[in-house]
Amino acid sequence: MNHFLLAAALALTAPAAMACETVVVGDLTVENAWSKATIGAGRPGVFYVVITNTGSTDDALLGIASPVAGMPMLHETVIQDGVASMPHAMSIPVPAGQSVQLSPGGYHGMLMGLTTALKEGDSFPVTLSFEKAGEVTVNVEVLSLRAEGPDCADAGQ
Amino acid sequence: MRLSHLQIILWVAAAAAAIAFAALRWSSATDGKAVAGPAFTPSFTLADSEGRVRTTAEFRGKFLLVFFGFTSCPDVCPTTLSEVAQIMDDLGSDAALVQPIFISIDPDRDRQLGLAEYTTAFHPSILGLAGSEADTRSAAASFKIFYGRETDSSAPDGYTMAHSPGLFLIDPNGEWLRQFGFGTPAAEILSDLQSRF
Repeated sequence: MNHFLLAAALALTAPAAMACETVVVGDLTVENAWSKATIGAGRPGVFYVVITNTGSTDDALLGIASPVAGMPMLHETVIQDGVASMPHAMSIPVPAGQSVQLSPGGYHGMLMGLTTALKEGDSFPVTLSFEKAGEVTVNVEVLSLRAEGPDCADAGQ
Repeated sequence: MRLSHLQIILWVAAAAAAIAFAALRWSSATDGKAVAGPAFTPSFTLADSEGRVRTTAEFRGKFLLVFFGFTSCPDVCPTTLSEVAQIMDDLGSDAALVQPIFISIDPDRDRQLGLAEYTTAFHPSILGLAGSEADTRSAAASFKIFYGRETDSSAPDGYTMAHSPGLFLIDPNGEWLRQFGFGTPAAEILSDLQSRF
């Protein structure tokens, strides 16, 4: 199993689009990490990713950190009774055998206190902290302001 | 997948209940053709990024596609404004028939951050408006929508805004036509618009 994981981890050095990299930590597979270009550095950036738990133990994403943001937080867009609000998510469950998406209109990382504007084509690291799997760092590709997500060839799985 | 059948059923039931509830709340306003309720005419009097006062009256003859939001909103607002941008591109020569409008519900902060810079980044046709607190309240009331400020120590400046995330369509006579809920695909909104020209 460890050899397989190592191979999977090495495979991510392939020159595919960065957002399509797959990083494995313990039972978790972290992929499709992307962000959107920001208009200046005064407004928060966003962080989206897909986390799959291939193991048999529930895990949870507890927090994110990045050198580009002084105050990165996890939030969830909740639309209830026709009103959207964006409460802070203390943690995001990653149940055994399931995939969790941080994606537009749902869970997302909010990158506040940007040190610089995020420009399309840039990339930056984000370290995810999981309750059980520990920490893992992924490269996040900055897509255009109007992007709906990375265009990964194997996105259909 | 380990999602049990019961979990799936519960999620589907919860989603159905949420949709039904939202539909009930909005049924009087969502579709003027389906409901024989009285038509209403939303209105605003709000400053644009250059401080000029803009009113609904000056847009008679055009469809208005109106979104209430705030520029520090990282998820819902960029997603919706990207859709609006796509719609305006896809309308081609018919784009002149539609005026997209972004009304700030966080006008003081958005004026400081730069309103035009924000709307233009999505599409140059989007008109950004940020009026006084009172004028913003009355604009929202005339659209029958809600927004409110929520204290949140984990948000920039210690607060965030809750708001109705839909896109609101106004006809060339100024009357409310319908809303498109958050996440309505751009292609669906586009074909709805095209069916009205």
